[in-house]
Amino acid sequence: MEYATIFIALAIIFGLFMAWGIGANDVANAMATSVGSKALTLKQAIIIAAIFEFAGAYLAGGEVTKTIRKGMLDSAMLAGSPDLVVYGMLASLLAAGIWLLIASKMGWPVSTTHSIVGAIVGFAAVGIGVEVVQWGKVGSIVASWVVSPVLSGVIAFLLFMSVQKLILLQPDPLKMARRYVPVYIFAVGFIVTLVTLFKGLKHIGLHTTALQNYSMAVGFGLLISIISIFVIRNIKTDPAADKDFGFTNVEKIFGVLMMVTASAMAFAHGSNDVANAVGPIAAVISISESGALTQKAAMSPWVLVLGGVGIIAGLMMYGRRVIETVGKGITDLTPSRGFAATLAAATTVVIASGTGLPISTTHTLVGAVLGVGFARGIGAVNMRVVRTIFMSWIVTLPAGALLSIMFFFMLKGIFT
Amino acid sequence: MVSNIFSNIFGASPVRPLQKHMGIVTDCVSQLTPYFEAVLQQDWSQAKSIYKSIRKQEREADKVKKELRMNLPKGMMLPVSRRDLLELLTMQDNVANKAKDIAGLILGRKMQFPEVIRERLLEFVARCINTCEQANTTVNELDELVETGFKGSELQLVEAMIEKLDEIESETDKFQISIRSSLYKIEKDLQPVDVIFLYSIIESVGEVADISQRVGSRLQLLLAR
Repeated sequence: MEYATIFIALAIIFGLFMAWGIGANDVANAMATSVGSKALTLKQAIIIAAIFEFAGAYLAGGEVTKTIRKGMLDSAMLAGSPDLVVYGMLASLLAAGIWLLIASKMGWPVSTTHSIVGAIVGFAAVGIGVEVVQWGKVGSIVASWVVSPVLSGVIAFLLFMSVQKLILLQPDPLKMARRYVPVYIFAVGFIVTLVTLFKGLKHIGLHTTALQNYSMAVGFGLLISIISIFVIRNIKTDPAADKDFGFTNVEKIFGVLMMVTASAMAFAHGSNDVANAVGPIAAVISISESGALTQKAAMSPWVLVLGGVGIIAGLMMYGRRVIETVGKGITDLTPSRGFAATLAAATTVVIASGTGLPISTTHTLVGAVLGVGFARGIGAVNMRVVRTIFMSWIVTLPAGALLSIMFFFMLKGIFT
Repeated sequence: MVSNIFSNIFGASPVRPLQKHMGIVTDCVSQLTPYFEAVLQQDWSQAKSIYKSIRKQEREADKVKKELRMNLPKGMMLPVSRRDLLELLTMQDNVANKAKDIAGLILGRKMQFPEVIRERLLEFVARCINTCEQANTTVNELDELVETGFKGSELQLVEAMIEKLDEIESETDKFQISIRSSLYKIEKDLQPVDVIFLYSIIESVGEVADISQRVGSRLQLLLAR
């Protein structure tokens, strides 16, 4: 390919720009419930976000990346025109990145996932031809955008109900919290590990069987659960603190759980959202290097690392300020509620990542918050804001598409 | 400017402000005891300064009330009905208003209370303040109720508190009847206009307890799903 080096360089620049945007804005949403419940300090939240976003991106980000990279377009039909795919992927990155930049300047709650999917479908359908889009696959992605918030809402509702039944409504909730919180922590470790292992860690040279996966998940779950038991044992409870609000000490125990769930959430976010930036980069690189569109082309793991680095850069430079605002903005979220919402969302997102579905972390978390709200768990949920957030995804699709079509024809004009 | 739409999903919970409001109302009403003591001793400068302090707290309560209302626009998903919540707030506010009215009226007319009812009047006032305090204790359980999702032993605890509130209120009714009948026996010897206002004050003090009880009833409505 003629301009291979230029294409790769452009893809990396645009991709880093987008990953930076994800780190700057989107990570704050993923961390919102954790920081808002005051179980984590700002510093802890940023450290957790940095480590686990990266881990999620690198260890579990491959599947969604594959979908974005080549799942939505019919490569057989595009075999004759690999250059068009390169222009399109570059245009999509640029379109989504710019749209996100505009949206965050204006304070619109847009989803990175929706932007990039809209952009890719847009350039392919208009720039190349409606028939090259795998409408079946795109349809299932869009369906997952409806299913994921509902699913995480239901999980959050049930989780919170179980917390009430097992802990809060018991005669001695403090004792029950000490007993059951490690069980929840085990569940978090188990689910996240299992999903990550099942979708495979071949790219870091780890080949496992189903049995190995299960035993490793159990092992990891037990490990963090046992650590948590020691941490919880060292928590000093202060009976005087219960005078004003009878569950102050119980919530302290939930704070430990919140740390683990926050890590899971950051991991889940990294695993799903890094693909939005990395998928198109990977596509451009594989086409440029081989000069053709091959379905089998393996993706080099360093591209995932690149995405992870971009996210962390965004988080460090700008995201930490957003996280700080989130912490101040959320005034009345107790760790027991924050945990239920976060774990529900993290579980849903991790499962979606495992199946290769690019979903919106923010929308999933909104669904989870509503689930806890329906269980009469949250002081006040502003339904207007919820509506705005869900409305925004309808606007984002055409906006992403329009911008990417524009950039597609621009790039095509420049390079041919 | 850094903003985040996600954090805006979480509105300010109305529970703490509601409890704060009731706390101010109770402080305000509690001053009726020193106020009546001053009035019975005809110490009008002292009465006036207590009246001012009552008025100040009543205004403070108003401020909290308005703030709470501003934070509860339509379209908020709350663990309890928004209407019941706002009615509870109004009811709480009415207790403080009543206390201010009582103090204002007595001060304005420099009212004198006949010897025979004085002692019982002070007890009556104290008991009515108890009603308000019990209502405050009950409202203070609201955050625990939200935590437990309005279920279990916490719910039973609050229901028992509301029952006790009703008991105290019915005691104040008995005081009121007894004071009125004593007043009836001597009313011929007093200035008719003064008598009318004496009855009115007794009525109003009783209403402090009445409205406090209604705070409890509103709270009970919140508990019912």
